[in-house]
Amino acid sequence: MRRGDVVLETRNLSMHFGGVRAVDHVDFSLWDNELRCLIGPNGAGKSTFFKCLTGQLTPTAGDVVIRDVHVAGREPHAVARLGVGIKTQVPNVFDGLTARENIWISARRWHTAKRAAALTAQTIERLQLGDIAAKLVGSLAHGQRQWVELGMVVAADPWLVLLDEPAAGMTHEETARTADLIKEINETAAMIVVEHDMQFIRMISKQVTLFHEGSILMDDTMDAISADPRAREVYLGHRA
Amino acid sequence: MKIAGDFRGTLFIAALAALFTLIAPSILNFVTILTLTQVIGLAILALSLALVWGYGGILCFGQTAFFGIGAYAYAIAAANIGGSTGAIFVGIAVAAIFAAMLGYFIFYGRVSDVYLAVITLTVTLILYSLLRRTSGPEYKIGNALLGGFNGTGAAPLNIPGDGAAMLFPEQTFYVAMAALILAYVFCGWLVRTHFGRVCVAIRENETRAELLAYDTRAYKLGIFTIGAGIAALGGIFFSVGVTRVTPDIFSLSQAALTIIWVIVGGRGTLVGPILATFGLYYLTASLGTQQLINTNLVLGVILIAFVLLVPQGIVPTVLNWLTARRSARTDRARERRVRMRRPRAGARGEGA
Repeated sequence: MRRGDVVLETRNLSMHFGGVRAVDHVDFSLWDNELRCLIGPNGAGKSTFFKCLTGQLTPTAGDVVIRDVHVAGREPHAVARLGVGIKTQVPNVFDGLTARENIWISARRWHTAKRAAALTAQTIERLQLGDIAAKLVGSLAHGQRQWVELGMVVAADPWLVLLDEPAAGMTHEETARTADLIKEINETAAMIVVEHDMQFIRMISKQVTLFHEGSILMDDTMDAISADPRAREVYLGHRA
Repeated sequence: MKIAGDFRGTLFIAALAALFTLIAPSILNFVTILTLTQVIGLAILALSLALVWGYGGILCFGQTAFFGIGAYAYAIAAANIGGSTGAIFVGIAVAAIFAAMLGYFIFYGRVSDVYLAVITLTVTLILYSLLRRTSGPEYKIGNALLGGFNGTGAAPLNIPGDGAAMLFPEQTFYVAMAALILAYVFCGWLVRTHFGRVCVAIRENETRAELLAYDTRAYKLGIFTIGAGIAALGGIFFSVGVTRVTPDIFSLSQAALTIIWVIVGGRGTLVGPILATFGLYYLTASLGTQQLINTNLVLGVILIAFVLLVPQGIVPTVLNWLTARRSARTDRARERRVRMRRPRAGARGEGA
């Protein structure tokens, strides 16, 4: 496997809430063009780790470096400003605006009015959002809102994409489409995907990082992790 | 796009208002025209809060602080410069700069919504107490005596460049209406620009706006400052209308009234709060001529009725009702077509 440069790295990253060590001394590296899944049981620290990467939380200790830029503790928009596309666990969308406006706001951040309009139309077509483009996002179903948020990520044309549970609450068909879309995005961007759904992870990922009690337990292929007794014990065992 | 319908709607309303301006002096009596100048000032104040709260999502409970600062700065500048034109710009600039400084600490300090309302209201009330204590000859800025609770005289408008050529009340009315219309069109344009849409997006979901790499603090500070400048413009025309500025401009009741206008007119529209200002002012003035019912009691009942029964405000409710009626009509037409097609569908069934 060809490995380029490290595009995202955490060094000794820790996030403590009172006495709870949600993330504990994590060293993590993501390579250029890589698609990495983060898995782990509930409370393993995946989402906290994710929020430290996106700037939504300021880590207690340690550093997050994205392409030589130290971002830990910076303002929330600072990470996105590097050209990083982010989708949060609970859909964060503009409920009072239409799906088209949601996507336009994202595209317009980086492009001229004309180019943004073209990108918006292109994104709506690519994600097959034509039927709901003129509807207020607040009136849409959960899965559709997830897609509008993915549309916002795609429209900005990011080089690094961070997704927290992109397939949560989706139907089987929607999940399959999401997996295809993620593979497509990965052609031009490095990605981190936090996910619960094992089926879904098998569809998209080669390399998987397993979190357990705030630390990285394993970092391997999905098959290797499935076969590992420790992993079974902390996570997969509960599901089987 | 959906944000506030079409810009043509804004221009249409502006044209209607311009038409009203032209015919008003010939159908309304002199006293009404005089009073209208004050109310136009208040309407511009309502417009500014419609922008800041309705579009920016910033509940500024002390929008009157900027309204009053604009009025005082105008009065003081006019007394010193000896003309109104430059003083108008001074009034707007002083209020905008004050808002920018106050807003910097609020937004960059990430003060949350409720505290923002409290802070802005407190600032207004501080100004109220402060200016009431300025009676006496020692409180003097240049030629202008601040005058304590009696306030200070606000110079009438004059023709630019000629401080002695005062405008007649009718002409002042034209200028005030022109200012209202221009401010309205400006706001209508602003909310459709990239900046305006981002402000609306921040109102909807600040986290998402940040995750899209927008520095939300800067946008909020921007719309807050612009709103303060517009409020100051309103304050200037209000003070020209009443020919004085008094500390009452910073009173609690005036601050609350501004919020009521926006609630009654409808958040998320620009024209609603303007219409509500005129309507409620007219109502208060009519009620003021009788002694039977207390005016504030009626205002209170109206506010409660709106919050409970028409929470969106007049203009959005009417617009929704019109849209619903239109779609109901197309539905009925569709049903009619379906009913009429039924026998033929059976005939086709036989043929197949």
